Amino acid sequence: MAAPAEPFLRIEGVSKRFGSFQAVRDVTLDVAKGEIFSLLGGSGCGKTTLLRMLAGFEEPSAGRIFLDGRDMAGVPPWNRPVHMMFQSYALFPHMTVERNVAYGLKHEPMSRSAKAERVREMLELVQLTPFAARKPHQISGGQRQRVALARALARQPKLLLLDEPLAALDKKLREHTQFELMSIQQRTGVTFIVVTHDQEEAMTLSDRIAVMDKGEVRQVGTPNEVYEFPNNRFVAGFIGSINTFEATVIAREGGALRLAVPAFGAEVLARDVPGVSPGQAVTMALRPEKAGISRTRPETVNAFEGTVKDLAYFGKDSLYRITLPSGTLVQAHAVNARRGAEVADWDDAVWLGFEPESVLVLAE
Amino acid sequence: MLARLSRWFDRRGWADILIGAPYLWLLIFFLLPFLIVAAMSLGTKTPTAPPISFGGEYPLLNWDSYARVLGDGLYLRAFLTSLANAGLAMVLCLLIGYPMALGLCRVSNGWRNILLMLVILPFWTSFLLRVYAWMGLMGRNSWFNRLLTDSWNLLVPVDWAVKSVPMMNTNFAVVLVMVYTYLPFMILPLYASLERLDPTLDEAAMDLGSRPFQVFRDVTLPQSVPGIVAGGMLVFIPAAGELVIPTLVGDASSPMIGRLISDEFSAARNWPMASAVAVVLLLIMVVPTMIYSHYQAKAEGSK
Repeated sequence: MAAPAEPFLRIEGVSKRFGSFQAVRDVTLDVAKGEIFSLLGGSGCGKTTLLRMLAGFEEPSAGRIFLDGRDMAGVPPWNRPVHMMFQSYALFPHMTVERNVAYGLKHEPMSRSAKAERVREMLELVQLTPFAARKPHQISGGQRQRVALARALARQPKLLLLDEPLAALDKKLREHTQFELMSIQQRTGVTFIVVTHDQEEAMTLSDRIAVMDKGEVRQVGTPNEVYEFPNNRFVAGFIGSINTFEATVIAREGGALRLAVPAFGAEVLARDVPGVSPGQAVTMALRPEKAGISRTRPETVNAFEGTVKDLAYFGKDSLYRITLPSGTLVQAHAVNARRGAEVADWDDAVWLGFEPESVLVLAE
Repeated sequence: MLARLSRWFDRRGWADILIGAPYLWLLIFFLLPFLIVAAMSLGTKTPTAPPISFGGEYPLLNWDSYARVLGDGLYLRAFLTSLANAGLAMVLCLLIGYPMALGLCRVSNGWRNILLMLVILPFWTSFLLRVYAWMGLMGRNSWFNRLLTDSWNLLVPVDWAVKSVPMMNTNFAVVLVMVYTYLPFMILPLYASLERLDPTLDEAAMDLGSRPFQVFRDVTLPQSVPGIVAGGMLVFIPAAGELVIPTLVGDASSPMIGRLISDEFSAARNWPMASAVAVVLLLIMVVPTMIYSHYQAKAEGSK
């Protein structure tokens, strides 16, 4: 997906240094109005620093941030139409749920009844009306998270920043909350910027994802794009699991690339990508679920013999580790679609097959 | 029997002893003496040794001392002076101590240790020495007093000129030295309660549109109330019963309550009177404390 024509939020060449540590390095991003945009990366990748610069808690060392056409440089946090949902939720422990949600409205030029109405609306939105009089320590973690969301949304921000919104919830609640967040975003139309280290969370929640590493944005795209078409090894490895092999481009023929891959002891046919030329050393990458295994030779150009070294049974699927004659290990994911029809057992001889379309060629 | 005793020792004996010992201490050295004082307050002054009697030719329970405490203006004035001086000292300690405690929380770790050290350092010199030092400073002929006098005379019309600034033997001196002495007792509990606060809450309030002053008023201050109360009690209670400071730097014509208790005990040898004053002082201190802890417990209970 191309960058939106008229970006609502524009981050332009933003860097942040803390002493000699470069937390964020020359980040440029455009976010459209109403998008759920995720900043995804491991700890220390700069995603939280970037979020704090959007909130106004940190000033960029270089670069500029425009929100709805307005330069945010020097605007203190209390004057930004940007609200944040903190990872720890940061609810005021001495105030009731209702007063927490109403807190931001204190500064709004609204009548008392309009404020009360707005608080009521917000509590309804997050289904917490019966808990209005409770204190934060008297409700559950999931409810606290919803109070934090209602509090941040009450002032109708232009931008809502969510710092690891689901990290503190248990797995079951997390899935439920994910969909709730998406539906609330759709109903309110507020632009969400989500910081997360959890790729699954980013994939399900976001319209677009920026994958960050060491302060830099490595790729921006839809969940499908960053998963299926990562443009560098870091993104390919960070999102999902992947097999990577050293390869050399032999030739480009008929919309495909012919690769020499020593690990397979043979040539592999791969989807053509621009920017590579014959003779170039590249990385060949293959997602485990795109590598099929079978007893008999599969009907694809890329078919190789191997033996099952290891297998992990997860129930709905199994992960096989296949040893190739070269000694290289390849991971293959197989869905156990039929009961009792698992393909292979330890030490079985199997065939590994994959379509050229499924093979990624990474020039970097 | 011995086996049971040894089993108790193995299981929780030491824990019981460690927890029980301070209570036993308080029982013997606080509650028991207090009961003796309370009993003495109902005795009658006699020219015997000890100068107190119960029963016999005297009434068994003599309420005269309490009648005097409540009826004689001298005692009422002393109570009011004590409470006013202690209250003023407490408020001043709070006003000076709060920014200091807040500062301690906001500085880097290295600075924090140095500043905490400076707060505690005065405890390392004798309390009396420090009071005498203040007496030297405030005295009529000290360089400090002369400096103040000269500055005053320079700034005001000639008619208002003074020979020296009257500081010694005033309530001002009492409050000043009490603030100086008790300030650490305010700062330390305040620091302990402020230090526990989550700084993200400040950011959250700022994020929701509050300027730094509003953040302080809405988030920091309400959450530090337990620290304010603890510090306030640690200053107010000893200050109200203070004997040494008012004796050394105070105004003898308007004594504080500690001075009266001491005088009644030693000079006047009126033990029942001294005891009655002490009991009333204790009640004045204990009742508000109990009311506070009642509400505190209620607030905690709702958690």
